Formats: sequence, structure tokens, C-alpha cells
Amino acid sequence: MLSVENIDVYRGKTHVLHQVDIHVKHGEIIALIGANGAGKTTTLRTISGLLNPARGRILYAPGKGKRQTEISSLPPEQIVSIGVSHCPEGRGVFSQLSVKENLLVGAYLRKDNKIEQDIQSIYEMFPILEERSTQAAGNLSGGEQMMLALGRSLMSRPKLLILDEPSLGLAPLVIETIFNKLKKINTEGVTILIVEQNAIMALELSHRAYVLETGRVTLFGRSEDLALNPQVQKAYLGGE
Amino acid sequence: MESNRPRYCLGLLIMFMIIFSLGIERTANDYILAIVSFTGINIILAISLNVTNGFAGLFSLGHPAFMAIGGYTTALLTFSMEKKPLFLPDLPQWLIPVYLPFFPSLLVGGCFAALVAQIVGISVLRLKGHYLAVATMGFLIIVQVLLNNADSITRGPLGLNGLEDFTNVYWVAGWVVVTIYTCWKIKFSSLGRSMLAVREDSMAANSLGVNLFYTRNFAFTVGAFFAGVAGGLWGHLITAVTPGSFSLIMSFNIIVMVVVGGTGSITGSVTAAIIFTLAIECFRPLEENFGIYGVGEIVISLVLILILIFKPSGMFGTGEPNFITGKYKPLNPTN
Amino acid sequence: MDSGYIAQQLANGLILGSMYALVAIGFSMIYGIVRLINFAHGDIVMIGAFTTLGLMETAGLPFPLVAFGVLLTGCGMGILIERVSFRPMRGAPQVTGFIASLGISIMLQNLGILTLSAQPRNFSFPSYMQHILNLGPVSFRVVDLVIILTAFFLMVALIFLVQKTKLGIAMRATAENIDVARLMGIDINKTIMATFAIGSGLAAIAGLMWGGKFGQIDPLMGYVPGLKSFVAAVIGGVGSIPGAILGAFILGLSEVLFVGLLPPIYSSYRDAFVFGILIIILIAMPNGLLGKDIGDRA
Repeated sequence: MLSVENIDVYRGKTHVLHQVDIHVKHGEIIALIGANGAGKTTTLRTISGLLNPARGRILYAPGKGKRQTEISSLPPEQIVSIGVSHCPEGRGVFSQLSVKENLLVGAYLRKDNKIEQDIQSIYEMFPILEERSTQAAGNLSGGEQMMLALGRSLMSRPKLLILDEPSLGLAPLVIETIFNKLKKINTEGVTILIVEQNAIMALELSHRAYVLETGRVTLFGRSEDLALNPQVQKAYLGGE
Repeated sequence: MESNRPRYCLGLLIMFMIIFSLGIERTANDYILAIVSFTGINIILAISLNVTNGFAGLFSLGHPAFMAIGGYTTALLTFSMEKKPLFLPDLPQWLIPVYLPFFPSLLVGGCFAALVAQIVGISVLRLKGHYLAVATMGFLIIVQVLLNNADSITRGPLGLNGLEDFTNVYWVAGWVVVTIYTCWKIKFSSLGRSMLAVREDSMAANSLGVNLFYTRNFAFTVGAFFAGVAGGLWGHLITAVTPGSFSLIMSFNIIVMVVVGGTGSITGSVTAAIIFTLAIECFRPLEENFGIYGVGEIVISLVLILILIFKPSGMFGTGEPNFITGKYKPLNPTN
Repeated sequence: MDSGYIAQQLANGLILGSMYALVAIGFSMIYGIVRLINFAHGDIVMIGAFTTLGLMETAGLPFPLVAFGVLLTGCGMGILIERVSFRPMRGAPQVTGFIASLGISIMLQNLGILTLSAQPRNFSFPSYMQHILNLGPVSFRVVDLVIILTAFFLMVALIFLVQKTKLGIAMRATAENIDVARLMGIDINKTIMATFAIGSGLAAIAGLMWGGKFGQIDPLMGYVPGLKSFVAAVIGGVGSIPGAILGAFILGLSEVLFVGLLPPIYSSYRDAFVFGILIIILIAMPNGLLGKDIGDRA
């Protein structure tokens, strides 16, 4: 569904990503783990079009058996329109917009008449959002903001959902709720690419994972296998 | 390694200025001499704004206000005692017998401008970026209004005219050398490096022990001093000071020189000021003979916008060319 | 100084405030979305005034059509300026855009001088606009009433647009976080262009009003209302539309009262008064009355 093929990305003059190669199949949950500054967020921003790779290419097909197209140099709004939704780091809710307006922005490119219906299903998923629908999103708690950010991303009816550190700064209970919802969203047919610092949870959730170190993919494989890998245990899982 | 190159260059500059001034003073007509003097004054203005704007990153639109303060102060001090009661019947008593020769008047004018900059700086310099620009523009407008209304000292919108034409090529050349020398010294001193640090990242500079307020205020004050001197020179070149001449347009013109030359580069300011003054002089006959006013400003603003889009660092960036600093990239880094 | 005189002054302040408001809204919207103080915004007022003159006296169009034409011309100018000058500089330091807008302002003024000459021109609305109405102690010309009502209508329409429409929500989202707005599929180039178009259209209408109110226009006329509207936007809190409107009325009223109530000797200090307020507000309460803390002013 998504093939990131040997991309090199620069930010200003700094060479951030070296030959990063990631493949996501339809229906999978893929985790991208690594330390701070390893290039995880840069990878996601390149996929969604905020950054452009200097070398390499990114291919995407909106579903099983659909034709792959190159998206390396498309602007973000076109990438959203073909079914990729990126929930940014730090949640990025529009704090001065109301909860409902945030959800409407998520559906910005849609022209069908089912938007209201989808808002209702987001409210069913996270009832607290319905209670607060007219409040400014900036007044929500961190967990509620994450629910809103996730709901907003779903409003574009994505085929591929990209999440950047959804657990950042949240209480364990809230994280669990969010991750359960992610599993459910995945079983409903949405492919997920998730970046996490919390490697234990990420490996539990995902089918396969990639480890990024200083801008390079150093390990990849099935999540269960990676969780048992001594290197990974030592570096990311707190094992000896 | 400190290179001796800048010292030689200073010597060369002084020699060149002496020979050039002597030569041109004897050969050229008044029109050319006036253009040369204007060029010199513009060089002083561009370099001094560059200290404020380029070194310390304080984007000020108030430069003409300091020029005006210096210009009016100098003009009042050099105004002959006989003419004062005639021109300024309402002048406060204590100002009538005050008279100084040209050079001390210029210094007083500059210092007065610097003093005002200190006072204004205390309140305004905590603002950043374009907010500072807007506040200094407000200051400029307030100074203009005050000059227009303080009739007893300034003769209001008429301005002070009939000043002695003290300013000549020698005075200007001397002040150009002083300005270049002083600002060069500042740039390559620890204070200058603090200024650049404040410009790049004020918070980091502060955490490394740079006193933000002192550094900013110093840059602002030095700029104001030379602007005041330039105002005095300017007034005694065209033999008049009027509130209308120290306008936002003048501010804009000085900024164009700084931006085109490269914010922070003294060499750049000098070069840009020369090009700018000559360009204006080239447009003047065009405008006056054909009646197409405004062409000069249009071309200048167009050049400015193109530079901002395609080469925002200007001709020289923040640096100085290697042939002056004597710093070359080593050909063999291992040595 | 009776109450009738004061009422008359208040009415004058209201008229002045309406015109400032239309210009200040654009300042605020443009600042809100691209963090740019657009110095050339005041010159759109001048372009609006000359367009009015051209459409009304040269082309002889009826008044409502003239107003519509002026609105469109303002929108067009805003789009043009954004496209050729500000868009290529996006991402550069804030001051770069500000210097550029200063350059554009000087360029527009001198293009005006070059093509239209620096001579002020008389400007007269149809005679029914000059008719005088008496409302209690206050006397109005019809044109004054038209100014206030039009400004009011435009402000309501604008607030509706920004609060309720898809474009308005997109504009607010872009103003808050450009990158996230892009991730939601918003084409920020279009949103920013729309902001410039709307702001400049309103400023052009203010130019039409300015000409009708004061009866004379010239290529440098945009300078003073532009600056003062900016002050109004700062008073209200730059970036906030209700703030801009509030600031404009406060400024219009206090300016008129400053001139009307103090002895005449002070009235030539009016501009110093306005910019004194500006500096005090910038230093003492940089977020203005209704602005939000963006944390990039001081």
C-alpha cells in the first residue's frame, strides 16, 4: 500500500534521513520506533508531503490491488485527498476552533453529505467530545485533545492513518483507551503507521516494526520477533 | 591569527580619502561636489543604521528622527547670534547667546541624538522584530509633529533655512572615515560579537551572559549618534532643515541601502550607498526634464523587492570581503 | 460646549471609526494568517478611491455598480500583491516581509504619482448623497449614513464568513497552525489568497468612503488612514477581527474628541497623540484589548 524507497531527506543543510526504506501492506499496523532525533517525525512528514525527499521515492496505492502512484513530490492536500491522514506530533488541535469545527476541518476535502453522520460516529467513539462540541479545543485536557485529533484524522475517511506519538504526555489509562480504539479502527480496514517512543506498547499493537537510528533503518521485522531481540530490548525496552 | 590586513586597509582608506578630497575639491564643479558629499552622508547613514539593524538586529525606522534631532541641534548652535532674533523672534532667551563652531556643534548634535536614543531605547527596545519597527516609526512621526509645532525653536513647517554652508567634501570624508573605523572596531570587538549573538538568538545569548538590554541600547545609541552627525552635515550641505525632509521615505531609502548591501556588512553599506546615491542622481534629470516623477522610487522599490525575493542576504551578507579582513580559507587545512 | 456639540462629535467619531475599521480588519486578518504587517495595505485605500473616481466619473456607472467594482478591484490588488511579492518570501524572517511591504507601498504611491500626477483631485458623490439630514442635535449627510450602514453590513457579513463558512474555518485553522492545516487537506495558498482578497476589498471600499467623506483624493492619501488603522488593529489586538473593529471605533472616537474637546492649539498634535497611544499599547499591553497571546511581540 505504501512503499518508501530509499529516501534521503535534508532539513536545511542537515542530512536527516539516509536511505530510509519502509513498506506497509494493506491492513497492517506498522510501528516506527527509535530514540529522540532518530528521524521518525521527519519520515512521517515526508510521507505526508510537508517535506520532500532529495533522493528516492514514495509510492502509494489507495487499497489492495489498486495501482500505485508516486507521491514523493505531491503537496499535502493532494496526499490527504487520496486517503492518507496524518495526525501530527503534539496532537495539533486548533485550540481556538471549537471541537466540532476541528472535526469539520478534518473533513475539509470531502464533498459528500455523510459528514454529519461521521461526526456522530466519532461522538459515539468518544462521547466526551459530544459533550464539549461547542467548546474551544484549547480548553480540553490532553487526553481529550488526543481523542479529538484522532477523530479529526478519521473525518477524512483515510485508508492509511499516520500517527505521530499518540501517547505523548498522556495518562496510562487514556493511552490504553486510544490504543484499543486504534486496534478497532484497524480491524475496520484502516492501515496504520504509528511512531512511538513507548516501544513496548508500539510493539504490542503493531504487526511489524522498523527501528530507526540516526536517520537510518537499522532493524525491521515482525513485532513479536523484535520484542525478543536483545538489541531492541537493551535500547528501547529497558531490558538488560 | 589576527591579520594586519584591516589596518593596512584603514591606512589606504585614509590616504585615498585625502587624495580624493583634495583632487575633487580642486577640479570638480559645485554640482559634482554636492553629489560627492551626499554620497558620503549616505554612507554614514547606511553604516550607522547597519549597527542598529544589521549587527544587533533591531529593525528601526526611526533613523531620520535622530537625523532631525542632530540636524536641528547643529543648526541652532551654528546660527549666528545676529540672525537669531530676526529669524526666531520667539526663541527662548537662554538659547539666543548660545553659539558654537561647526565641529563642536556636530558633536553636540550627535550626542543629543544619542541621548534621546537612550531614553527612547529604555522603553522601546524590549519590542521585537516588526513591532520594534512600528514603534520606531511612531517615534519618527511624533518627532515630526513636534518639529512642526514647536514654532519658537523650529519655525514649524517652514524649517530653519539660510544655514551656513559649512559642509564640504573634507568634513564629509573625515566623518566617513571616523564612522567606518568606529563601526568596524565595534563589529570585531566582543561587544560586536554579543550584538550578532543577540540578533541570531537573543535567548541563547542571554543565557550565555550577554546583557541584552545593554547590548541593544548600545547599538541603538551608536546608530543614533552617527545619524545625528549625518543630520548636521546634511543640514549644512543643503543649508536648511525642514520637518518634511526627515520622513519615512528617507527611512526607507536608508533601509534599502542596508538591505541591498547586506545587513551587517560595512563594505556592503558603503557600496550600496554609493550605488544608491548615483542612481538617484541619474533619475533626477529624467524626472525633471520629462516630468515623469516617481520613476526613481519605483525602480528602487522594485530592486528592493527583487533582492528580498532572490538574494535576501544582499550583496555581502553579514560578512566583509576577504581582501579587507585578510582571512582566507586555508588551502591546506592540516597545516 | 453643549451636549449637542458632543453628540455631533461622537457621530463624527463613529464615521471615522467605521472607515478605520474596514482597513484595520484587513491588517488584522493578514497579520493573523501570515504574521505580516502589510504596510502596503493603506495604499489599497488610495487605489479604491481612484477606482471609484474612474468608474463613477469616467465610466459613469451607477453607484451600487461602482461600489461592487471597487470591491473587486481591491480583491484583485490584494491577490496580485500577495502572489508576486509575499508568497515568494514565505518562510523568511518576519521583518523581510515588512520591508517588502514598505517597498510595495512606496511603489504604489509613486505609480500613482506617475500615472495620475501628485495633484489632489476633487471627488464628488451624486448630489442626493450630499443631502443633509437632521437627527435631533446631530446633522448627517446621506453619505455619512451610507458609510456607517455599509461598514456595519460588511462587518456582519465578514464575521459570518469567518465564523460559519468552510472558508472561514479554514482561514482560522491556517492562522493557528499552517502545517497542521495542510495535513487536513487545506490548500493554504488559496486560504491566504482569500484572506488578502477579502482584507484588500474592504480597504478599497474604505477608500471609496474616504473620498466621499473628504471630497479630495491624491496618490499619497492612503498613508495616514493606513497607519492609523494599523494603530487601531494594535489597540484591539492584532489578529483579532472583533479587536480590530473595537480598536477602530476607540481610535476614531478618541481622535475626534481630542480635536473637538481640547483647545484648538492642540489639534495639530493629533498624529503625535495617535502614535503615542500606539507606543504605549505596544509596550504596556502588546496583545491589545482582545488579542490572544502569540508571544512574538516582545
